[in-house]
Amino acid sequence: MDGLDALKRKYLEGVAAAGDEAALEDLRLAALGKKGEISLKMRELGQMTPEQRQTTGAALNLLKDEIDAALRGKKAALSDAALDERLRAEWLDVTLPGRPRRMGTIHPVSQVTEEVTAIFADMGFAVAEGPQIESDWFNFDALNIPPEHPARQEHDTFFMARGAGDNRPPHVLRTHTSPVQIRAMAAQGAPIRVIAPGRVYRMDMDQTHTPMFHQVEGLAIDRDISMANLKWVLEEFCRTYFEVPEVELRFRASHFPFTEPSAEVDIRCSWEGGQLKIGQGDSWMEILGSGMVHPKVLSAAGVDPAEWQGFAFGMGIDRIAMLKYGIPDLRAFFESDLRWLRHYGFSALDMPSVFGGLSR
Amino acid sequence: MKFTLSWLKSHLDTSASLDEILYALTDLGLEVEEVQNPEETLGRFTIGLITAAEKHPDADKLRVCTVQTDEGERQIICGAPNARAGIRVVVAKPGDYVPGIDTTIQVGKIRGIESQGMMCSGRELEVSDDHEGIIELPEDAQVGQRYIDYAGLNDPMVYIKVTPNRPDALGVRGIARDLAARGLGTLKPLEVVPVPGAFPCPVSVTLAPEVADTACPHFVGRVIRGVTNGPSPDWLQRRLIAIGLRPISALVDITNLFTFDLNRPLHVFDAGKVQGGLVVRSALEGESLLALDGKTYALRPGMTVIADDAGVESLGGVMGGEASGCSEATTEVFLEAAFFDPILTATTGRALRINSDARYRFERGIDPAFTADGIELATRMILDLCGGEASDVVVAGAAPDTTRAYRLDPARVVSLVGMDIPEAEQRATLEALGFTLEGDMATPPSWRPDVLGQADLIEEVARIASLTKLVGKPLLRGDAGVPGTILTPMQVRERAARRMLAALGYNECVTYSFIDRASAELFGGGEEAARIENPISSEMTHMRPDLLPGLLAAAARNQARGFADLALFEVGPAFHGGEPGEQHLQAAGLLIGASAPRDTFASRRPVDIYDAKADAEAVLSAIGAPAKVQITRKGPGWGHPGRSGAMALGPKVLCAFGEVHPKVLRAMDVKGPAVAFTLFLEAAPFPKAKTPTRPALVLSDLQSVDRDFAFVVDAGVEALTLVNAAAGADKALIESVRVFDQFAGEKAEAQMGAGKKSLAITVRLQPQARTLTEEEIAAVSAKIIEKVAKATGGSLRG
Repeated sequence: MDGLDALKRKYLEGVAAAGDEAALEDLRLAALGKKGEISLKMRELGQMTPEQRQTTGAALNLLKDEIDAALRGKKAALSDAALDERLRAEWLDVTLPGRPRRMGTIHPVSQVTEEVTAIFADMGFAVAEGPQIESDWFNFDALNIPPEHPARQEHDTFFMARGAGDNRPPHVLRTHTSPVQIRAMAAQGAPIRVIAPGRVYRMDMDQTHTPMFHQVEGLAIDRDISMANLKWVLEEFCRTYFEVPEVELRFRASHFPFTEPSAEVDIRCSWEGGQLKIGQGDSWMEILGSGMVHPKVLSAAGVDPAEWQGFAFGMGIDRIAMLKYGIPDLRAFFESDLRWLRHYGFSALDMPSVFGGLSR
Repeated sequence: MKFTLSWLKSHLDTSASLDEILYALTDLGLEVEEVQNPEETLGRFTIGLITAAEKHPDADKLRVCTVQTDEGERQIICGAPNARAGIRVVVAKPGDYVPGIDTTIQVGKIRGIESQGMMCSGRELEVSDDHEGIIELPEDAQVGQRYIDYAGLNDPMVYIKVTPNRPDALGVRGIARDLAARGLGTLKPLEVVPVPGAFPCPVSVTLAPEVADTACPHFVGRVIRGVTNGPSPDWLQRRLIAIGLRPISALVDITNLFTFDLNRPLHVFDAGKVQGGLVVRSALEGESLLALDGKTYALRPGMTVIADDAGVESLGGVMGGEASGCSEATTEVFLEAAFFDPILTATTGRALRINSDARYRFERGIDPAFTADGIELATRMILDLCGGEASDVVVAGAAPDTTRAYRLDPARVVSLVGMDIPEAEQRATLEALGFTLEGDMATPPSWRPDVLGQADLIEEVARIASLTKLVGKPLLRGDAGVPGTILTPMQVRERAARRMLAALGYNECVTYSFIDRASAELFGGGEEAARIENPISSEMTHMRPDLLPGLLAAAARNQARGFADLALFEVGPAFHGGEPGEQHLQAAGLLIGASAPRDTFASRRPVDIYDAKADAEAVLSAIGAPAKVQITRKGPGWGHPGRSGAMALGPKVLCAFGEVHPKVLRAMDVKGPAVAFTLFLEAAPFPKAKTPTRPALVLSDLQSVDRDFAFVVDAGVEALTLVNAAAGADKALIESVRVFDQFAGEKAEAQMGAGKKSLAITVRLQPQARTLTEEEIAAVSAKIIEKVAKATGGSLRG
């Protein structure tokens, strides 16, 4: 048995000292190969007595396993070391920038339109649309603004050219989204709840005006809708849109030909430190015009005012975008300055919803 | 509309504070735009007396004055030429802000001598233009008294925005009536005591038939002779100055006062200059008028004029004429009060571009029943201020009867407004506003032409009750439970296109719907029907036929700022005509410059049409357009003729794409390369299947086989022809064919012959029943080579 101890020591030391896979293979052959020392000793077992064979055989098998395990362990260690060495050489500069990806943006007008739509959709309002070149009937007459009404002059209307011999009144670029009220009611009748966002046009261009801007119209008609309902809807809208826990609205009597009674709506806010905060403070800011739809407007759209009543409102999408996101200049909305688009734009995946939040 | 607090109080008996009045005005719908309270700017200045004035030892033009003030004696250095002992002056003390010089006074030394304040000129206080010297006050000015009180300037001016439906609020009395109805005091009675005529009116008035019905149904006038037309009294001048009018003479100032006080525009003719009787008639072709504003206006038939034997003397309801205007020499005046039709007045004023206070009121509608009273009140004031005696009143026509009544339905008021306003309060409100109630019928007062139905009664009641008190009441969704889909399929499609383009790395722009004609023409528009009659600038004359010109203009602006690589898009309407509905929804994308910034991977290369095409296809896929569309060479007019195309379904073009024509780039001042696409979002059909269920996924367990082929073809052969030919070789077995290499150009021609190129495809074979044998694969390959050869004339590359 002393011979086995010597063998064990010899091979285990040899494995530990082996520097590469070839040396290990040599050791394996010398010990466990067909003519290896252990194999030869195995062969001698046949000449032994059964008792001797039992003890020596077990000891030999144990030794064989031990050497085999040592060989494998060392082989794995050598290969890991070689891999480590290779990987150390495969160094890359991780501070280099990654491959360029172009990041697109959504314009604030589109984003805010979707925000507004998400909120009103939750209150049961569908989205109605109408043409931007409008007949003067839809833009004015049907909205109780007869041809010589002073309100018509105050609209700064763009007119489309009329060909020679075409004696119809010229079409207009819609000055507000209100004609969509008429079209939606004429198409759908009552009851109805719609909003109508979109482009509108007025002949005005200065520090705070652009000849095109965006409005959203709201319309709700049913049998018993009141101005108190209008106030609630606008409160809910403003609270959700501006993402504040509370808002306070103030209705102020005003005049629009297409609503009666009419009210301009102010929202409580603070301008402390030049920063607008909605829902607190001592200032009031006008944010929209509204009222109960005039019976003549209902009639023009084929809805019987004796049976139906409801409210309408209109507000500026660009304006509420400026207020919410702190965008200072309306004109920049339409200048497509890349720096502006990137700074004020939204990610493609920022899809506003009531359940997931309107903004991040 | 402007007025002062004291003016208001001449009609309203009230103890309300200025703030209470301002709040009520805005709340009533008479929105306060601006308040100028002289208390804030002038309240600190007091009256002083110069007791001594010595020449400054070191300055010839300065005087060292000793001034007695409410705070004792002060030493003030003054450079005004009139600074001298014994005069009463207005003193600004250290800490006082002087508006005219935008400075807060401090104690300072002037040439070594201390000055403890300032004595002010009219201009420095912004009370007059006078800057020749400091203000000198009469003897009755008490030392220490506030200047503002002494000068009677302590009267806040209020500027309100009057909505077009409220002509009655264009007179101070109408504003007072609203406030009284709100409970802020009582409206003082307006006593009209007619002035008896002392002699027959020497000027006759006739209404011509064409005006008598509508244009001018009522005209009253009278002559007042022996008047002295000097400056009007201080109180009257102060009122006019406070609202921004320049006092002219007593007669003119009186007419202006009536315009703003009672919304009763008047006109005064110098009766000495009127020749013969006055006729109110329609203007004749070729007539003109030199008006009081010094301009001559060419008149047209349909405009209402007041003429005498010499011709047109005045433009009814709009402006008087210079020839018969009153001057300081006027001793005999013809006073006119008439009712002119709102619509005709507006039309005339607009046509001649005259904006006068009279037109502003007549076109909104003055009180037709107040004409006779108006002339009596004005007569009395003229007699009071200018003396003289009045003739009988000459009357032509009669006040138009505007009497009408509407039913007040108190329950409907409550239902519509959503506020519990008791019936008694509703009735009281209407009565306070001048309505007459008989039973449940309400007759509006003659000064409220805007009240034309029951809804207007409701508005009046709600307005006076105060909408501020409105409490929100929930408007729940009609349908309980989870709400249904809100957006239409097209609205969903528009959003999908927008989000996809942003996801592809494009920046969304919103550009104007109108562009210049030249740009519109480059994109197939610019026609007369799409022209705007009154554009705001020459850059915005035509409705855009396509979104790309707007994006190209945006690109040019960005390039000018140094941004060379751009990916811009817009989703919005384009216009193919000038009729309502002649608009369609486009999504357009524009790529300019390089595909990427310079980097360590050599990613940067010029953009090309395959970028545009891939992005357009991605959007088409995102909006659910059919997977297979025809690609044609029928490119858009704006495209490079060899490098543009279209994606179509039969006659329906879904997309135009290509490289932008160099001429278009030059015209729009854009540096290329530029590739673009326009998607016609409404052209793509919606999927027919209305079920969310997908077709079953069929997978084969058998291994697919890929085989590559390279063909030599003529350079003009299109890849799609080759791919379609190969795919047709065995429709059951061939799963897909894809081009993976193109070898063209000089090197290719050197190898393969002039006019040749090589296209390489990879074909995937998917067996369905059993694994393919080499023989079967060889057979399909041969078929592919044959089909391609037949379709393209090409051969397998050796």
